[in-house]
Amino acid sequence: MAETVNQKECEALVIGGSAGSLDVLLEVFPKLSPKINFPIIIVTHRKASHESLLTYLLQSKTTLKVNDAEEKQSLNKGNVYIAPADYHLLVEKNRTLSLDYSEKVNYSRPSIDVTFQSAAEIFKQNLVCILLSGSNADGVEGLKIVNNYGGRVVVQDPKSAVMPYMPQQAISFVKPHLVLHSVEIADFINKLII
Amino acid sequence: MIDDVITSEQVEILLNDVLEVHGYDFLEYSHASIKRRITRLFAFDKFVSFAEFRYLIKSDKQYFKRFLEEITVNVTEMFRDPSFYKALRDDVLPTLGTYPFIRIWVAGCSTGEEAFSLAIVLKELNLLHKSLIYATDINPLVLEKAKKGIFPLSYLKGYSENYLQSGGTKEFSSYYIANYSLAKFDENLSEKMIFSTHNLVSDHSFNEFQLILCRNVLIYFDKDLQYKVFNLFDCSIEKLGYLALGSKESLDFWEKAKEYKRIKTEKIWRKL
Repeated sequence: MAETVNQKECEALVIGGSAGSLDVLLEVFPKLSPKINFPIIIVTHRKASHESLLTYLLQSKTTLKVNDAEEKQSLNKGNVYIAPADYHLLVEKNRTLSLDYSEKVNYSRPSIDVTFQSAAEIFKQNLVCILLSGSNADGVEGLKIVNNYGGRVVVQDPKSAVMPYMPQQAISFVKPHLVLHSVEIADFINKLII
Repeated sequence: MIDDVITSEQVEILLNDVLEVHGYDFLEYSHASIKRRITRLFAFDKFVSFAEFRYLIKSDKQYFKRFLEEITVNVTEMFRDPSFYKALRDDVLPTLGTYPFIRIWVAGCSTGEEAFSLAIVLKELNLLHKSLIYATDINPLVLEKAKKGIFPLSYLKGYSENYLQSGGTKEFSSYYIANYSLAKFDENLSEKMIFSTHNLVSDHSFNEFQLILCRNVLIYFDKDLQYKVFNLFDCSIEKLGYLALGSKESLDFWEKAKEYKRIKTEKIWRKL
């Protein structure tokens, strides 16, 4: 199955997660290939006061460039963009990022649903989204839309998640292309390189 | 199957209608965000046909008011980003306090939370009596709310924490009267406020200010429109006056950015 899943070009990867997802990111990042040729967008729920900490942490684990996502920033290949605390992160038609301080979605800002949906509308079948550990259902609606556009949906195996609720909800309501144990995720991402 | 409720082309059609019929220009707004707002309104008001939605926006004045209120983002807080208000309290406002009179413009004030926050700091610095706060927004409905100075009581706990973190020293609850689920702020805070509609896209400079606050408005504009608005602000700020933006907004790449000096780590610039 992984073979057929990997056939389409990956133009962008979006990873969403909440409680328990940091551990997974810290496990995945050191193993990411420096040859990654698409942008990676990370949307996680966190406190507004921890601005930039995640960026530093992840940057210390990879040679890919890790950025605090800025409004109107272009998405570049091999770059990682971290959604800032307290803003929704959207993707524009010209492959730049927009920030939005509108109402919380699923009690969350940034909301994973918002970024998944916005990225799906732009990258369509060439989008890959991964939903990690978390204790609410943010991201599930977004994954449905990613699916509808023909993008690829990957969910962390709830058995490997600190908080299984979020990936479990995704598996119940969306048909993921793959369910991966946290140790398999880096390898999956590296195989998206064409 | 793709459930794109409203397509990008339909968004363009609506925005062209709105400009042509109502004179509001949203064409240079960031597309992803405005599309999301329009889609949200369409779903929220349970429309089934785009044609009907379009017709109402074009021809029903009441519904257009709602459209205007809903597609502009009116989420705001008191003392949002406490370190920003601390910089105003410790650096910017004491400097302006040496002037005989302080004119401040809160551009895109929405429901007024920032204007009231500012008034509280000015009052505590004993500057409110010689200040005037012009609070403007594109949207007349939010200005009606802002004038009243009434905010949901459930938010006040968070605002109070922000206030304390920003260097506030008083009892925050001394500034409002709680009544059922609402908090009404002291009227002497709003005595020095002037509320008015102003459209940053199409309206001109209307005064000279020593401080302009425009926070989390420009993120909704595309780059060219941002530069236009910076030029409008540039015409509206006195020499040595200040411009304050939202925590993710910046003057970088604007042609006159060199004529402004950034204050410490906050998104506050001083005109040289």
